[in-house]
Amino acid sequence: MDWLEVVVLFLQHLWLSVVPLLLGLAVAIPLGWLARRYRRLYAPMLGVTGLAYTIPSLALFVALPVILGTQILSPVNVVVALTIYTLALLVRTVADGLGAVPDDVRQAALAMGYRPLPRFLRVELPVAVPVIGAGLRVAAVSNVSLVTVSALLGVPQLGALFVDGLNRAYLAPLITGIVLCVVLALLLDGLILLGTRALTPWQRERGAT
Amino acid sequence: MIEFDAVTKRYPDGTVAVDSVDLHVPSGKITVLVGPSGCGKTTSLRMINRMVEPTGGRILIDGTDTNTSDPATLRRGIGYVIQHAGLFPHRTVVDNVATVPILLGWRRKKARQRAMELLELVGLPPELSDRYPSQLSGGQQQRVGVARALGADPPIMLMDEPFSAVDPVVRESLQDEFLRLQQDLGKTIVFVTHDIDEAIKLGDQVAVFQAGGHLAQVATPPDLLADPADDFVAGFVGKDRGYRALSFTPADGLPLEKEPTVEVGADAEVARRTSVEGWVLVLDDARRPQGWLDVSRLTGEDEVTPTVLHRGGTVASATGSLRGALDAALSSPTGRGVIVDDIGALLGTVRPAQVLVQIENAAAEAEARH
Repeated sequence: MDWLEVVVLFLQHLWLSVVPLLLGLAVAIPLGWLARRYRRLYAPMLGVTGLAYTIPSLALFVALPVILGTQILSPVNVVVALTIYTLALLVRTVADGLGAVPDDVRQAALAMGYRPLPRFLRVELPVAVPVIGAGLRVAAVSNVSLVTVSALLGVPQLGALFVDGLNRAYLAPLITGIVLCVVLALLLDGLILLGTRALTPWQRERGAT
Repeated sequence: MIEFDAVTKRYPDGTVAVDSVDLHVPSGKITVLVGPSGCGKTTSLRMINRMVEPTGGRILIDGTDTNTSDPATLRRGIGYVIQHAGLFPHRTVVDNVATVPILLGWRRKKARQRAMELLELVGLPPELSDRYPSQLSGGQQQRVGVARALGADPPIMLMDEPFSAVDPVVRESLQDEFLRLQQDLGKTIVFVTHDIDEAIKLGDQVAVFQAGGHLAQVATPPDLLADPADDFVAGFVGKDRGYRALSFTPADGLPLEKEPTVEVGADAEVARRTSVEGWVLVLDDARRPQGWLDVSRLTGEDEVTPTVLHRGGTVASATGSLRGALDAALSSPTGRGVIVDDIGALLGTVRPAQVLVQIENAAAEAEARH
């Protein structure tokens, strides 16, 4: 087992987890807004995205090349699949986070003369950050774990160490893979936590008088 | 000036929230909309800045139909104070107050400068400016809400039950400060409350709403108490109307009697000699009444101490109302009501019968004027 190879796998795993997380968040924000804005959409939208989360990941990794016309080994399949899963988790989070914005805050923003888009971006979304941040942490950890499954198709990332360990009945790569996955999950979780805190100084100060 | 011209709000399900309301809101005055819950008072308020769109009639501000203005622009020119303050939790106090100036395109520095001035105006210490709303008490939050509504110095202020979520003591001081502020600012204010006492205290004009969005009566507070338009208004305005109406009759001209007094710390023997009918009024060194002394309780004491004083009687200001004077006379253990000047120094005493004569005279004068 080559250490340089392990580092490369770690970095591969990192971007395969993070890119879908960011893409998923970018799509979840407008979808979550729609689900709040048009209440009739809330149940069907969460139904569809929730259903997407139940598709087995392996099936999705295999099906996507057929749908997208990509190579079976292409990391694009992993990114698209995980974006779908992230979306499934985050649409609900964003919708509920926006729903948790107190009504008097929303009314005050309207009464002050905010137009709809600035009202969303500068009042409602910032106030929903704590809830969205919590959902993002769950999605990040879930992504780190789901990425490993693509090892069965041969997409290089830390999951490859599991396959290697199993094939050779050799514990070292198996354990290295597990430990590094846990490290990566904790790392992303911690970063999102710090980011959420940095964006919400008002939460930290709560009751600190 | 705000004009409601046959304004109606009917929801798609057929519910009528506001039913053909005509109302004239004069400039520079406080108009209070009052009524039980679900009477359409808040809906009426929100139609002024188009947070709710009327389904019939027109609302004119200084002659311009609000329907012809862009809603966001209209709202930036109208201050709005919401129940529970509705402060933005993610912004500091100063940034909350600077909201509207920044929306109007002011530079951040100038907007914050303006916000600091407003915080001072509403009586908040500058060190609170970089706190977050969750770190403030309810009363402080409400002051920030008022400061935020004053952000761009709008000529019109809409206030939706702004003081109903704070405790009674804080509410009273907020109301008093609000009246003092309005004396300086002279805004055109529309104020919604369900509390008739608040309406009578704050309003230059009170509009009483009835279930179904009907406007039952528009009148000045004294007229509302003296002459309710119908059973609903009479019931809503409540009991003790005659007594409460005395709040609007000035107490000047009451015949005051000189009252023999002693100071705190005076010799017990002097107090005994000064007393009338067994009681003597005790003052501090600034001639402010401290309480009545029952000289029979002075056994074994060498001098008058604050602990032996009777504290039950209220004290009325000569520049206040006849309601205060009558209450002072009724609550005094001696039947002699204590009347003071603006700085709280004793002017004299008055008996209930004398206050009643004054009340009758005032009523006769009012009758003669009509």
